Amino acid sequence: MADSPLLKPVARTRPEDLQPRIVLGQDNPLPLDCGLTLASFAIAYQTYGSLNAERSNAILACHALTGDQYVVGNHPVTGKSGWWDMMVGPGKPLDTDRFFIICANVLGGCMGSTGPRDIDPATGEPWGLSFPVITIADMVRAQARLLDHLGIDKLFCVIGGSMGGMQVLQWAAAYPERVFSAVPIACAARHSAQNIAFHEVGRQAIMADPDWCGGNYLKEGRVPARGLSVARMAAHITYLSESALHRKFGRNLQDRSAITFGFDADFQVESYLRHQGSTFVDRFDANAYLYITRAMDYFDLAAEHGGVLANAFRQTPVRFCVVSFTSDWLFPTSENRAIVHALNAVAANVSFVEVESDKGHDAFLLDEPEFFATLSGFIAGCAEHRGLN
Amino acid sequence: MDATRNGARNNHAIRVDLQLIADMIQPKSRVLDVGCGDGALLEYLAHFKQVDGRGVEISQAGVNACVARGLSVVQGDADTDIKDYPDDAFDYVVLGQTLQATRHPRSVTEHLVRIGRRAIVSFPNFGHWRVRWHLAANGRMPETDLLPAKWYNTENIHFCTIADFRAMCDEIDVEVERAIAITANGAPQRILSLRLANLFGEQALFLLKRP
Repeated sequence: MADSPLLKPVARTRPEDLQPRIVLGQDNPLPLDCGLTLASFAIAYQTYGSLNAERSNAILACHALTGDQYVVGNHPVTGKSGWWDMMVGPGKPLDTDRFFIICANVLGGCMGSTGPRDIDPATGEPWGLSFPVITIADMVRAQARLLDHLGIDKLFCVIGGSMGGMQVLQWAAAYPERVFSAVPIACAARHSAQNIAFHEVGRQAIMADPDWCGGNYLKEGRVPARGLSVARMAAHITYLSESALHRKFGRNLQDRSAITFGFDADFQVESYLRHQGSTFVDRFDANAYLYITRAMDYFDLAAEHGGVLANAFRQTPVRFCVVSFTSDWLFPTSENRAIVHALNAVAANVSFVEVESDKGHDAFLLDEPEFFATLSGFIAGCAEHRGLN
Repeated sequence: MDATRNGARNNHAIRVDLQLIADMIQPKSRVLDVGCGDGALLEYLAHFKQVDGRGVEISQAGVNACVARGLSVVQGDADTDIKDYPDDAFDYVVLGQTLQATRHPRSVTEHLVRIGRRAIVSFPNFGHWRVRWHLAANGRMPETDLLPAKWYNTENIHFCTIADFRAMCDEIDVEVERAIAITANGAPQRILSLRLANLFGEQALFLLKRP
């Protein structure tokens, strides 16, 4: 395993050293939904494939809560493969021989883009909880600045799952003229009460860790590893499904033939979750987890448009493809269908596919041939309409 | 099932009723095909009439096949999902061989003429002489080439005759612009005599609009 002490890189790349990483906003501060502005901010990103002469083949892939800009290939920090290896590459649905794929670490993140673990220029100390609260719209505004910097006026497609899907919806609502097609996957136009509740459990776990130090753990030289690990464990359950957990682990015991009448990880599922928690701590910042989960909680696209979701998409020229998975109980089909209904209500150009899968919310990251086939068809249809060859 | 669309795609030949529907549609118009099946009509319209087409299909397999072919189709149910569309959103709304499978055919028809400036509805005619004969002579629910399912497993829950449909259109104040009966050999006949059409039409095709 990549997280074994023997295989761990000797000197881990620091997120602020990841390239490319561009500092933006110096001449034009970024206004945030909370009312503050960021006078300068860094965005770390990756690109795959080449931009054509017309600059018309760019696809922005938006990562999920704990994802980052490393869509494919070896991750310089974790050593693992990218989060969408199955989707992006030559001959794959997001074909790098045809398209220029961009993925940026979100504002508020911890893989090179400005977030709470960075130094606040005003104090010379890590921002911690003095970092402004970020929203999905702020993340998208920052991405739009990155596209300005890259000289891309209009995206061929913006695509993403989960929190990435929220960004896709925000892109289509805020910048319809800059988006030709949009693929929100396994997401919702607002975070549900149940999902806010799960996030709150995670945040409380972090804040209950004495090593969190009221958010000042970097200054104190500590890491709230236990809290962040528990947050990840709880969240990870929501990414799977009962049937996927049962298929993978059942009630199988971990390296033992009988239960031990104690609180060690008797069951494989416990061992698996502990592993998920402990490896997460190595690559993710606890405060960034607080900020990004909050951004998702605050997302409510209809609320910004008079309480009517359809108003967010009135007259939209964007071609949409909404995708959900049957066993996803975090962002169930009903939430995705609500987006489709809103798009229908403005007679938008929309496709909607519910993919049969028992893998839960994480299905959008996994090998689902039906998902890939429909996505390839949608992309091909859009490319034809866009005149891309 | 009996109402599933299975248009042959390879040579762009489509089922006879779909061809008649396609012939009614003006080039470059906006079309919503409700119950679009595998997308044969939408593909034909996009290819030959430069139509801006959308589809609604209840079967997930049908939707996935359509989207994989580059068509804009959503998974949905004519009974519950077309109410979201705004008035006059499309030039034509097509309901091909699907009306008899809906729970509320009357309400669906009302939505069709609300959403579209024109609605095109095709359905199997339960008044066809062969159906009447089958029921009269055998005392059993009719099974024909067009309606091959058993009574207990058919998805067609609201059969009607051409005369019944015509009467419903009058009831809900929908104007019939054109009515065509398709005989067993596939020949389209303009409906002049309702009695004859109701006897010899195996399928019917109506072009509707709000008065």
